[in-house]
Formats: sequence, C-alpha cells, structure tokens
Amino acid sequence: MAEVVLKKVVKRFGNVEIIHAVDLDIRDGEFVVFVGPSGCGKSTLLRLIAGLEDISDGDLMIGGKRVNSFSPKERGISMVFQSYALYPHMTVYENMAFGLELAKSSKEEIRKAVEQAADILELTPLLDRLPKNLSGGQRQRVAIGRAIVREPKVFLFDEPLSNLDAALRVQMRIEIAKLHKDMGVTMIYVTHDQVEAMTLADKIVVLNAGNVEQVGHPLELYHNPRNLFVAGFIGSPRMNFIETTVDSATGDTVTMGLPGGGRAVAKVDGARVKSGQKVTLGIRPEHIVLEPAESMVTGKIDVIEQLGEAYLLHVRLADRSLVTAKIPGDAPQKEGDEVTLGFDGALCHVFDEKGSAVPRIIAAQAA
Amino acid sequence: MAMSAKSSELTRARVRSAWLFLSPMLVVLALVAGWPLVRTIYFSFTDATLSNLSDYDFIGFANFIEYYEGEWYGVIVDPDWWRAVYNTIWFTVVSVGLELILGMIVALTLNAAFPGRGMLRAAILIPWAIPTIVSAQMWGWMLHDQFGVLNAILMGIGIISQPVAWTASPDTALWAVVMVDVWKTTPFMALLILAALQMLPSDCYEAARVDGINPIKVFFKVTLPLIRPALMVAIIFRALDALRIFDLIYVLTSNSRDTASMSVYARQQLVDFQQVGYGSAASTLLFLIIALLIIVTLMVGRVRLGEDPR
Repeated sequence: MAEVVLKKVVKRFGNVEIIHAVDLDIRDGEFVVFVGPSGCGKSTLLRLIAGLEDISDGDLMIGGKRVNSFSPKERGISMVFQSYALYPHMTVYENMAFGLELAKSSKEEIRKAVEQAADILELTPLLDRLPKNLSGGQRQRVAIGRAIVREPKVFLFDEPLSNLDAALRVQMRIEIAKLHKDMGVTMIYVTHDQVEAMTLADKIVVLNAGNVEQVGHPLELYHNPRNLFVAGFIGSPRMNFIETTVDSATGDTVTMGLPGGGRAVAKVDGARVKSGQKVTLGIRPEHIVLEPAESMVTGKIDVIEQLGEAYLLHVRLADRSLVTAKIPGDAPQKEGDEVTLGFDGALCHVFDEKGSAVPRIIAAQAA
Repeated sequence: MAMSAKSSELTRARVRSAWLFLSPMLVVLALVAGWPLVRTIYFSFTDATLSNLSDYDFIGFANFIEYYEGEWYGVIVDPDWWRAVYNTIWFTVVSVGLELILGMIVALTLNAAFPGRGMLRAAILIPWAIPTIVSAQMWGWMLHDQFGVLNAILMGIGIISQPVAWTASPDTALWAVVMVDVWKTTPFMALLILAALQMLPSDCYEAARVDGINPIKVFFKVTLPLIRPALMVAIIFRALDALRIFDLIYVLTSNSRDTASMSVYARQQLVDFQQVGYGSAASTLLFLIIALLIIVTLMVGRVRLGEDPR
C-alpha cells in the first residue's frame, strides 16, 4: 500500500508561490509521469514528495499516512537524480551499500541486497569500479541500483535520462519500464521529454506554471486535451492552431471559415459555441492529408523537412500563419508550390476564447 | 595527451613555445631562489664571517661536525640546535593541527547559507591580512605581563591571582606563540577548506539525505574523503610556513632558547655571532629537514600534486 495523495499542496519560496494548490491521486503501483516545460514546477513537486523541500501548505499522504514532517527516509521513498549523484570516491558496490549500512544489521544482508540489484541491472562485473570509470548509462544504472536496494515504497526519478545520448535513452527507457513491471512499486517520473512520458506512463500529469493542466492516460491526453496548453504540449510536431470564428454551430457539427477561403467542419459539441464566436481550431500535423476534403485549406509551401519515413510541410496560409503537415514517404513537392491540405472533421479540436476544449463527439478512438 | 614516438610538428611547436614562455620565470627563480640556496650551501663549507665575506677558507664538514682535541663540535652536536629543531616541529604540529580543526569548523559554518555570509567571509580574513610584525607586536602588548590586557581580564574574573609572563615563562612562551599563530592563520586555512567545500557536488548530499544517512557519517564518509586532496595541500602550505617560522617568535620572545625555532637559531649564528659559515650550515640543515618532512608528508598523504581534479 503506497498510494501517494496530494491535497492542496502549495510551495512558496519567500513570497513567490511556485506550486499552486496541487491535488493529485497516485494509486499503488502506478507509473506517473510529470511533464511540462522548464520552470513549470515539475521538479519542485517531485522534491516536495521526496522531502527535499518543505511543503508550505496542504497535505502529502503516502500509504495513507500524512508525511509532511517526515524525512525522506521515513517516507519510504528513494530517488534517482538527473546527475546520477554517485559518490565519486566510492566503488559501485560501496555506492549501493552506503545507504544500507545504517538500516541493515549484517554485512551478509547488505551483500545479498546489493548483489541482487546488481544482477537485475547487469552491474555485477562493474561492482569494484569507481564512477569515473563508468559510462553515462552505467552510472545511471548504478544510481537506479542504489535506489532499488533500499526497497522503497515509492520510486522517484528526476529527469534520469536527460544526460544520456539518444540511443542509450531509448534503451534505458525500456529498462525502466521493465523494472516497473517487475517490481510493481509506485513510480513518479519527471521529464520534459514527451516521448518518455507517452511511452512510460500509466498516467501523465501535465504541469504549467505550478498548476496541473490535465491528468490522464497518455492517449486520453493525446486525443482529448482539455485545453490549448495540453494540446500544444502533447504531440510532436505540435498541433496546428488556426484562429478563426464560428460560421454555424449545430448539434454535433461546428463549421468555421479558414484563411484563403477554406473551411473546417469539426465534429464537436455544437451547443458549446455560438456562430460568430472567436475560436481556435486545432489539427495535428499527422492528421492532415494532401487531398481535398470536406475540411480543407490551401497555402504555399514555405519549408520542407525530410525525416526519412515522412516529411514535414510547413505551409504558409493566406493570413501568413503557418500550418505543418506530416505526410508519409518522400516529398514530391518543391518549396513555393501551392498545396491543398485536407483533414477529417472528426479529428479536429476546437478551443473557445479561454483556451478550453469544446468536447469532441467522436472521442478518443484508441483509449 | 599521449605523445607518439615521433611527435608531430604541431606538438614540437607547442613544446618550443612552452619553453619560451617558461624561460623568464626560470631565470628569475634561478636568481632569487637557486643562487642564494647554492651560495648558502657553499658558505656552509667555509669559515666565512659577516665582517669580512670575501676572506674565507674551506673547512669541509667542520661546521656540521668536527672532532677536535677529544671533543665534538659543529651544528649537529649543538644541543641548542636540537632544541630549536624540537621547538620548530612541536610548534608546527600543534599550530597546524589546531588551525586545521578550527579552520574546518569555520569553513563548515561559512559554507552554510545564512544572511550576512559574504560580510562574515570578508571579516574573518582580517587577521590574515595584518602583517605578521604588526600582529605580533599587538599580541606582544596584549600578552605583556604588567600592562597586558589578557592578564587584566583573567585577573579581573579571578582565573589567575597574579600576572603571568606569557611570553617569558618557559611553560607558556611556546603556547603563546602557537596561540597567536593560530589566531592569524586559521582564516587562511578556513578559506582554503571553504573553497574545497564549495567544489563538492551538492547532489551527493541530496542523495545522502534521501538515503537517510546521518550528517556526521556523511561528513566522515563523504565530505572528508572528497576534500582530502585540498586538505593535504593546505596542510603542506601551512607546514612549510610553520617550519621556517621566524618573525612571530622573534618579535614575541626574541632569542629565548625556550622558543627559538631553526630560523631564529640560524639568524642568531649568522647575524648576532657573525658566523656566516656556521649559520649557513644551520640553514642548510633547515632546508634538508623541511625537504625531508614534506617528502614524507606527501608520501604518507598519497598526494599527487599533479593530480587532476575530478
């Protein structure tokens, strides 16, 4: 039993409030990822849970107990840092055993715990090495090993893969996912990398400027972002936003004019908007096709980016705004060509003036 | 940088310019350090006197040790010299030891974040900034047996019943010197240690906090091993200074046999007794003793001065 519950948790540094009354429910054994842009407070929130920072207001419960005044150790957490935070003068073995020396009585027990963790993380041949003689990936594995041996109730990761190169990052991501499956403990993971968030999380918490913008399953966030911020943050390349006004709104259809004479027929709740209202249309680059459709807009190609498996067309519309389309294959077009971008109304998102999403009629297909 | 057997032209050009840039310093070093050293060693084998430095004869090792008419003469058999060696080493061990412990405490305090830390860091350096002659004279007055403020205070609060001659009494003279030296150089030690502390990776301490390791254990198992190279450098710096101490002892206690250091002894022979040859022999021994002690310290401390910081 190690669910983590935050109730109106506030963090102030002096007079500046960094975290604004965050409520959060994390179930036992869940893998939760905090994402957000730099400075959104995701690391601070993690440090509040870890006990490295004092909670200014509100309650933090771990396993049903209020732990605001508990030390990190009493909270039963362990943490993996971005910089690994290994003790540079200790061998891999000593690094992993150091935290156990007080808690466990016998040397034999410590040896067993360390060897077991080393086995899981394939560190056994490295136990006598110093951190400076390890690669980045190995160091991070030692840091994870040091966290494992303590048998924590809650595992905290603070951007653990940020210092690794791309290939290692993918490999470690898979290892962490496997570790979570094998250990079944609650894990809280902070990252600014949305691929890590999408692939690892049971539940993503999107943070912005110290507020929780949305909490949900990764695909729920992808298909039904609650507001402009989440819509723009989840998905790469980011969702296109086109400012427009509502032409007509009926039961399940909202029609909007687009720059250069195009139009969009979105399958969203028509009762939520009126004709003439200013809205923002959202359409993901991967949902655009190069054929005329019921919803379409024309423009001139500004830049083409070839990715190999697909290409990105950055298209300048009549009002000078840019729309990005992601099309499979190699680009036959040239920069400067006129193109027609078509899209399915069922895949459109509409946001009102405050940035809140108008509920979609055909919700998350895959959720 | 690994040098291949056949070094490239670029490497050779670099080595050439390195020597070019080094040469002025090597010349200056040879003039101000090398030449006096060589001359001192040279004079130690002569019977030169201060009154006439151009007229001397070689007398071999007679200044160091000589058997003459059934008796041994020379620096090596002079009990005053060995007393000076003992005084110097005792002073070095005690004062550097105290400075290390106090400096560590001050550095750990200054390393914590609190308002006014910058001011305090500057203020603590004041004793170090005062010239030794001035602070020695100042302490000389404070320790004065009749008019000194220290006796006045201690008698005022009833700790002593009559004035103590701090710098004259054999029991307290060397301690008085140690106290003044500790007062003066603890800030230097603290600053060196503070610089080392500030280089420490802060994330290790957070990791230790998460693991719930108690702060005393963290200090001995993490902080001390990590700042050990810096500590060794600080200790060697201070030990070098302390082993050739002269000014403080000379001002506080002049030529007293109870406090004379090796340098005071050498100066006395050279200047007061005008025996340049004999004094040079003492200086040469002083040089050898310091060199030996530093080599031993380096080996025991396993310090490699060329070691790269992590």
